[in-house]
Amino acid sequence: MKPISQTVEHYPPSGIRKFFDIVSQMDDVVSLGVGEPDFVTPWRIREAAINSLERGRTSYTSNWGLLELRRVISRYLEGYSGLCYNPENSVLITVGVSEGMDLTMRTLLNPGDEVIITEPCYVSYKACVELAGGKAVTVEAKKERDFVVDPKDIEAAVTDKTKAVLVSYPSNPTGAVADKKTLREIVDIAVKHDLYIVSDEIYDRLVYDGEHVSVPTLPGAFERTVLLNGFSKAYAMTGWRIGYAAGPTEVIKNMMKIHQYTMLCAPINAQNAAIEAIVNGAKDREDMRREYGRRRRVIVKGFREAGLDCFMPGGAFYAFPNVESTGLTSEEFCEKLLFEHKVAAVPGTAFGACGEGNIRCSYATSIEDIVTAIDRIKAFVAGLK
Amino acid sequence: MREQILEILRKDARTSSEMIADLIGSDAETVAKEIAEMEEEGVIRRYKTIIDREKAGDERVFAFIDVRVSPTRGVGFDDVARRIYRYPEVHSVYLVSGDYDLRVVVEGETMKEVAFFVADKLSTLDGVLSTQSNFLLKKYKEDGDIFDDIEEDTGRLLIS
Repeated sequence: MKPISQTVEHYPPSGIRKFFDIVSQMDDVVSLGVGEPDFVTPWRIREAAINSLERGRTSYTSNWGLLELRRVISRYLEGYSGLCYNPENSVLITVGVSEGMDLTMRTLLNPGDEVIITEPCYVSYKACVELAGGKAVTVEAKKERDFVVDPKDIEAAVTDKTKAVLVSYPSNPTGAVADKKTLREIVDIAVKHDLYIVSDEIYDRLVYDGEHVSVPTLPGAFERTVLLNGFSKAYAMTGWRIGYAAGPTEVIKNMMKIHQYTMLCAPINAQNAAIEAIVNGAKDREDMRREYGRRRRVIVKGFREAGLDCFMPGGAFYAFPNVESTGLTSEEFCEKLLFEHKVAAVPGTAFGACGEGNIRCSYATSIEDIVTAIDRIKAFVAGLK
Repeated sequence: MREQILEILRKDARTSSEMIADLIGSDAETVAKEIAEMEEEGVIRRYKTIIDREKAGDERVFAFIDVRVSPTRGVGFDDVARRIYRYPEVHSVYLVSGDYDLRVVVEGETMKEVAFFVADKLSTLDGVLSTQSNFLLKKYKEDGDIFDDIEEDTGRLLIS
């Protein structure tokens, strides 16, 4: 057979999956490696989906997504952050933020266009840029700044090829939340150099100290920002694969073109479930947030007691402790921790080379498991000395 | 702070003060003091265990008795309610709106025992106009706890 696409053939698989095969072969592993809520989707949402199936709602929807869903999202965004998106042509229902990110990059980029990405970051960003023919220019978010990027580093990375800057706070894998001042400075840079902003705000509802700042609300940002969000994290709906993109009509309209040819529409049942989530899911969402917020304190305290440096993450459900004091690399630490003490975590390097020295630990797991994992990590670290 | 402590204790009364402090971002001493105060004030009355009686092999029966009462001048329904709740057989008593006034939960060794209690003691009380007994057949959920064992294996990936 002729060889498949060179680009794809040589493209590295996601580093996040590296331990997956090993872990699934082992018994009694406590996993801090899970990047999704440990809650089941709230019953009211599941029930709404069951009801919608019983009523026979199993067809295609508009390529844009159900108008009712776009309307409730538009109303929700207006109430939540004061943003006004026309549900008719500025909101597109996607198959999760993953699809939204892919569509955004394919819509914005010409071959060779550059996108500035802050690492450590979620594994798909670079891939979406590169598979769309763009060039990912990475900027490091430094430990000293608790993994909030320094806008000066973004400005330094701007070239005449730069097309967009990708922002994602609260951050997966670090749990960092950017303050308003930093975000404003990033927006100012985008305005000055006429760049698009792509803001992945999937963890916006999981912020524990203070309020989330939505990027398009900042002066000058609205007309140049593609806002990506979804239901996976806030409403524990990862497997439904449902999200949305909101932004300038021209961009969203063109994203819709790719979407209509590749995806046609997001699954109708997930769309109906999402309507229930956004209309009646606030209490369930808030209950889960409070629970994560509590676990966060327990896990961070545990790492510190174990002798690992760990900053208090402001959002998402990840802690990003530093393991350099053990003399091990992130990968060595995670491997030994898994084989010798049966705790799974993801090396920071899976999220970019600058993640070296840190490990991603999800606290979207029961408090009992967190306590067990911390006990094992304490024993592990103590044994290394 | 109290609200948060109570919420945690409602779910697991055995959560230690240290753990509660960690969960809500306080210190164990403050939490212990707050709990002691709530016990003192009767906000926290006592700590119980939730038992799945069926699994424990407990065959006792429960019945929900709807009682119509003619209220007495001055004390309303309180007088009748107090006479009822003092019986150890009576598990709970609520004043409710609707067709009936008091909803009484009675427990006994057998259906016969409960039926006799209702006939002998409840319906003969001054002020009680009528009773209607509804025997409990299966408990699905009580006080937020689901007793209906259904498998919920989410199949969540261990690394994602």
